[in-house]
Amino acid sequence: MTDGRNVIEIRGLWTEFPGATRNFVVHQDLDLDVQRGEVLSLVGGSGTGKTVLLRQILGLESPSRGRISVLGQAPASLGERGAASRVGMLFQHGALFSAFSVLDNIAFPLRELKTLPPELIRDAALVKLQMVGLGPEHADKMPADLSGGMIKRVALARALIMDPPLLLLDEPTAGLDPDSSDSFVTLLRSLHRDLGLTVVMVTHDLDTLFELSTRIAVLADRKVIVNGPPKQVIAFQHPFIHHFFLGERGQRAMELLREYPFAV
Amino acid sequence: MEPSTPRTEKQDAAGGASLRVLGAWTAGRFADARMYRSAVAALADAPPGAGWDLRDAQQIDHLGAQLLWNHWGRQWPRQLDAEPGQRAVLERVAQFTVDLPPRGRLTWAERYLGLGAAVVRAGRHVRGFVRLTGQLMIDMGRLARVPHNGPWRDVSGHLYRIGATALPITALVGFLIGVVLAYLTSQQLKQFGADAYIVNILGVSLIRELGPMLAAILIAGRSGSAITAQIGVMRVTDELDAMRVMGISHSWRLVMPRAMALAIAMPLISVWTTLAALGGGMLSADLSMGITPQYFFNALPAAASINNLYLATAKSVVFGVMIALIGCHYGLRVKPNTQSLGEGTTASVVTSITAVILIDALFAVLFKDVGV
Repeated sequence: MTDGRNVIEIRGLWTEFPGATRNFVVHQDLDLDVQRGEVLSLVGGSGTGKTVLLRQILGLESPSRGRISVLGQAPASLGERGAASRVGMLFQHGALFSAFSVLDNIAFPLRELKTLPPELIRDAALVKLQMVGLGPEHADKMPADLSGGMIKRVALARALIMDPPLLLLDEPTAGLDPDSSDSFVTLLRSLHRDLGLTVVMVTHDLDTLFELSTRIAVLADRKVIVNGPPKQVIAFQHPFIHHFFLGERGQRAMELLREYPFAV
Repeated sequence: MEPSTPRTEKQDAAGGASLRVLGAWTAGRFADARMYRSAVAALADAPPGAGWDLRDAQQIDHLGAQLLWNHWGRQWPRQLDAEPGQRAVLERVAQFTVDLPPRGRLTWAERYLGLGAAVVRAGRHVRGFVRLTGQLMIDMGRLARVPHNGPWRDVSGHLYRIGATALPITALVGFLIGVVLAYLTSQQLKQFGADAYIVNILGVSLIRELGPMLAAILIAGRSGSAITAQIGVMRVTDELDAMRVMGISHSWRLVMPRAMALAIAMPLISVWTTLAALGGGMLSADLSMGITPQYFFNALPAAASINNLYLATAKSVVFGVMIALIGCHYGLRVKPNTQSLGEGTTASVVTSITAVILIDALFAVLFKDVGV
């Protein structure tokens, strides 16, 4: 079914939540493809089911109807052993294990394999820690002692510890100050380039959106109304897109598009 | 052998032996212990000073590169043939492989200071608890002046959760203890023909000691832990700080309602548990010695004076307040991480059960002339 280029394939997806009188439909017959090597951003108003879709891709929730395949497998199989080598997920608040130090957090997926010697795991975790721009002096800190930006970086290092080809990001820059946000976006872009990652992200931050995305998928009216490169999406006629991109905030962020010709 | 098995192949070239790295050297592959062993065996076979050829490898990720790099003694081999992508991965690994600064062993001076810190910590616990108790007194005084401003809805909610929902379990435990105690005692009493004294033994021991103690220990385990966990999670989610910036006192809104609810519920549950235990004892005495419930009821007032019940009730009020205060104390001291939450809840239950037993002993000594 998968032609080799699609990392994620979603076909005829329905998501319904039980309501008082009738079911509340979030997704109705939704189709979406994510191709290898691209950065796809999911955009939509609140309640359009962006995070639900992300959780369904991860196999944390299952859709009412329809089929999802991730790297040619059903999402449910992601819960199996060694899943961290297929998909990495950066949760909105980092979801670091608060009882573990930074290094133990990053090393956790490798340690749980129980096949590798501790020295190799420690070296690998230290490499990942420095790849996300943190020095080895932070290795022994506890998550409670980290700033918001550092938590995101450590969580990213943990998501990447087994070099998964697919990385999912939920609001990667939410809650960061503009400086940390910019440097985090730069980090994500360089990792995407160096590691050849496929990235799917949910974001509301227009700067992040335009700086990172190679494609944008807009969720509205319970399906993906448009899915294409940023410029094509902005040109699409729909009230949500008009409001989201061409409002005052959007105008400012769009300067980025004109100043830096888009390049992957 | 699968094509993705990480392995090497020796090759004799003009410049000396060279090794071709084959298969997938990735974390995903190494999840399989056999694959990791195969990679290690392949490296162990490698002659020292050999050249390396990575170009035919299926895939080498950072973990695979780390394995190679560590095998090379953290330096570049004499000769290396690699694709640009593989070289980039190796370069990142080479750049970022560092030794952690060793964690120094504690010196004696540091241990001595650590001991002092532990004493100071214990002192802070005591101070925190005294402050909490004092604050509760002040809040009770304030409540007495403006009773209509009190958090009554909270009190009634806690009364229901701590008191009403505990009735089935305390009754069951009390009843079973009553049955067992009466049965074991009756075996001894029969030998002396002192069957009728079962009423005295059960009356005094259950009403004065076992009923209140059982109830307090059950409630300490059930509600003391719940109080610590609730308040602790509020710390983890910043709710405690949110309350403080609104100018709402933790002690007024969190501690006082729980202390009041437990002070009211604890004696009631204690009496309820005692009744269940007496019921169990009565049944057991009837079955094993033929002492009728009729006789049991008639003999009870003479066997155990009413002062025992007053003492038990007073004791239970103190148990209730202590359980609430200890639960709140540990809850408020939880730090925002899961480890601390678990430790706090455990410490709360252990401390409150110990406190219940200590207070019980204290009451036994102080009121040794009452009711016996």
